[in-house]
Amino acid sequence: MNLTLKIWRQKNADTKGKMVTYQVSDISNDMSFLEMMDVLNEQLISKGDEPVAFDHDCREGICGSCNLQINGEPHGPDRGVTTCQLHMRKFNDGDTIIIEPFRAKAFPVIKDLVVDRSAFDRIQQAGGYISVNTSGNTQDANSIPVEKENADMSFYAATCIGCGACVAACKNASAMLFTSAKVSQFALLPQGEVEADRRVLQMVEQMDKEGFGNCTNTGACEIECPKGISLENIARMNREYLKASIK
Amino acid sequence: MAKSALLKSSLAKKYWMAFTGLFLCLFLVGHLFGNLQLLIPVSEGARDQFNEYALFMTTNPAVKILSYVTYLSILFHAIDGILLTIHNRKARPQGYVSFKPSTNTMWSSRNMGILGTVILAFIVVHMSMFWAEMKFGGLDETVYTTANGEEVKDLYTLTIKTFQDAQYGLIWAIAYAVAMLAIGFHLSHGFSSGFQSLGVNHPKYNGFIKKTGYAFAVLVPLAFAVIPFYIHFVLEKI
Repeated sequence: MNLTLKIWRQKNADTKGKMVTYQVSDISNDMSFLEMMDVLNEQLISKGDEPVAFDHDCREGICGSCNLQINGEPHGPDRGVTTCQLHMRKFNDGDTIIIEPFRAKAFPVIKDLVVDRSAFDRIQQAGGYISVNTSGNTQDANSIPVEKENADMSFYAATCIGCGACVAACKNASAMLFTSAKVSQFALLPQGEVEADRRVLQMVEQMDKEGFGNCTNTGACEIECPKGISLENIARMNREYLKASIK
Repeated sequence: MAKSALLKSSLAKKYWMAFTGLFLCLFLVGHLFGNLQLLIPVSEGARDQFNEYALFMTTNPAVKILSYVTYLSILFHAIDGILLTIHNRKARPQGYVSFKPSTNTMWSSRNMGILGTVILAFIVVHMSMFWAEMKFGGLDETVYTTANGEEVKDLYTLTIKTFQDAQYGLIWAIAYAVAMLAIGFHLSHGFSSGFQSLGVNHPKYNGFIKKTGYAFAVLVPLAFAVIPFYIHFVLEKI
């Protein structure tokens, strides 16, 4: 199929960017979206032009690197997939596809479609861990019983790959789905209880500091999340935070 | 840190919004029960009953406290909403060329600010029409003694005449219906959203909360909106 691509080009963080139109032809239905981008870049390189910079790594939906806003939706029109898992069969011959970086004050553009998502790392560093002494007397994790239901919910929360689609989809550029998933995965386990209060207070404080917007429960994040992280996590974070605040 | 966090953080804004919003839902129910007395036929003593009720609502100390809580809630809810909107606009200084929120969210959930502004404007107009007239306005001349021997101001006649007015009655009824539509859409997101903000989210109860929210958002504003039309078209003229 032949496609018209409108892509955000921006030299670096300090310059102003703009949308540039490209044509690609002979794109196979079986290609992934990133393979289509590779075809475009090879075309640009052979012409001596600068290829389009975009984030990618594992290309199998687990690393959370790829992050394109495609036709107004993070990771494109398909549900439950990352950009690398999006197939070109979701588009039709002759389509115009608009490709932009994830937009948020806390995600500044580095180049073209690449944004700086280190704000997520800093939220994680603020409390998204458990402290375990590894002095040789460490208790075996399996010796602490965990309810099956809690173990499952913790695992689902932990499947968040930190791609930032929740922020990109939210009209307020809020990072609450991400932060709540990282709070929840520990809040549900006995191992996470010791630091529970400090964790939620510090992670929310860091989230606010990074300049993310505030959640208004529109639910866009849950729909666009490639891992299907539930809004239930945000409610859990709300509970955890309230509990920690009034102590 | 904990205490100040409860006042300033992004989550604190959610709690206040939810708490005041859900309280205002309760207020709506109370207000509606008061208004339903306007459906009583004139011949069955509606005037005395409604005016005695209005006197009770403006003089009883408990109701007075409740009314101040209501005013504060409206104020907090509105200011919180304005702060939230400003903050959220700043969080995405550069917008998208293409953004399709309709694929993943409901219209009402994205337009709570606009709906809220319409509602706030309505509250101002509504209160200046009835509450201010009762408190400070020209109703002083209409004081009369009811069958129970109480001296009351005639809010009933003012209300009925407003909506029975040959020239403007129907226009007011339509304007009130439009405001109720805004409240309906606001509630269709706000009711269940309030529970989510306060951390009430469980697969077992989510369906019930959502359905109750929708039912509340349809039935309460509808009941409010019907009353002015009933007064205009059905109730005997006074």
